[in-house]
Amino acid sequence: MATLVVRQPPVGGFSFDNCKRNALLLGEANKVGSSLPSARKTGTTICGIVFKDGVVLGADTRATEGMVVADKNCSKIHHISPNIYCCGAGTAADTEMTTQIISSNLELHALSTGRVPRVATANRMLKQMLFRYQGYIGAALVLGGVDCNGPHLYSIYPHGSTDKLPYVTMGSGSLAAMAVFEDRYKPDMEEEDAKRLVRDAIAAGIFNDLGSGSNIDLCVITKGNLDYIRPHDEANKKGVRTGDYKYKRGTTGVLSKLVTPLNLDVVEESVLTMDTS
Amino acid sequence: MNTRGLRSQLKDSVPVAGLCPQGAYGVQDSLRSGFTSVKNELLPSHPLELSEKNFMLNQDKMNFSSLRNIQGLHAPLKLQMEYRAARQIQRLPFLQSSNLALDTLRGSDESIGFEDILNDPTQSEMMGEPHMMVEYKLGML
Repeated sequence: MATLVVRQPPVGGFSFDNCKRNALLLGEANKVGSSLPSARKTGTTICGIVFKDGVVLGADTRATEGMVVADKNCSKIHHISPNIYCCGAGTAADTEMTTQIISSNLELHALSTGRVPRVATANRMLKQMLFRYQGYIGAALVLGGVDCNGPHLYSIYPHGSTDKLPYVTMGSGSLAAMAVFEDRYKPDMEEEDAKRLVRDAIAAGIFNDLGSGSNIDLCVITKGNLDYIRPHDEANKKGVRTGDYKYKRGTTGVLSKLVTPLNLDVVEESVLTMDTS
Repeated sequence: MNTRGLRSQLKDSVPVAGLCPQGAYGVQDSLRSGFTSVKNELLPSHPLELSEKNFMLNQDKMNFSSLRNIQGLHAPLKLQMEYRAARQIQRLPFLQSSNLALDTLRGSDESIGFEDILNDPTQSEMMGEPHMMVEYKLGML
């Protein structure tokens, strides 16, 4: 084990040791003409809507890495608590870790207070953490849930600002989805209408934005009931091959057949032990 | 948690001295921290580096300051005395301490952050040289 003289004990959290080296590598790579690998983004369409009894959250399922689809069926609706769910757009790792940390903190908080957690609490925790890191954590979230005060829906931006609205969209396909919402949203809709509206908004994002695709996931949260529908709608199904290049048996005629069995006997058997010390 | 606005946070925050050389007399300590270059020293390697290094200190300073404004001088004085006592419960300099009393006082035993998940000091691959660290702690070095 390597030893070195340290003055202070090591602290946890982010370590910025490699930042200078990375900047140097980026400069070198740019001189040659190539670029460093980029983080996997979710390039997404996510949206949420408040209806009569609760909230409906919707998301597509494509994760991109530059110009390549990295994951055809990834899950973008993350669990925060049994009555609160969060959709994430932006850098995939950032949304995943952020929602997991906030989920753990919210659970500890709920055990400490003895009450069902509120959506406003999750919102406050998320915005304080994202502001602390000044937008370097690229997580744009749509947070929705039902608590003792009714249904709530928040949108949270990577720099830490939040909005509390009846319908929100985020991600690269947000404009397409928002167009559908602006056209057809009405306050106090029924559950089936709300699900259909969210499905149509996500479909608009899927078909009009390159960064979104594959299936549509839905999550319906009402007081005391949770419906995690994955997938709700397979908007992009992979095609089925109509022709087959395999030849059927009997295409080539058999003229003669000769079978030669190989009789193999065990002649000698020896065991070599491996030195695993 | 963070209940105050940005402007008042800046007013009460700890001045950042992370850019000064670390040796005695303010001169670069080549034995311990290696060779120096002006660019390395003048600029932080990442915009968040300094704010993250002082985050805990700034939080404490802010909280004590608002506590003093609300409840009077006695409240932060008593709390700081308890913090000082809890901070003294440590193992030998090269061993990791759990800081349980300090965590309980701060309330960070009920929350999980990046400092618990990333770069866990108990899982660190490097070990400080015990003799050097003890001598440094005792001021003999």
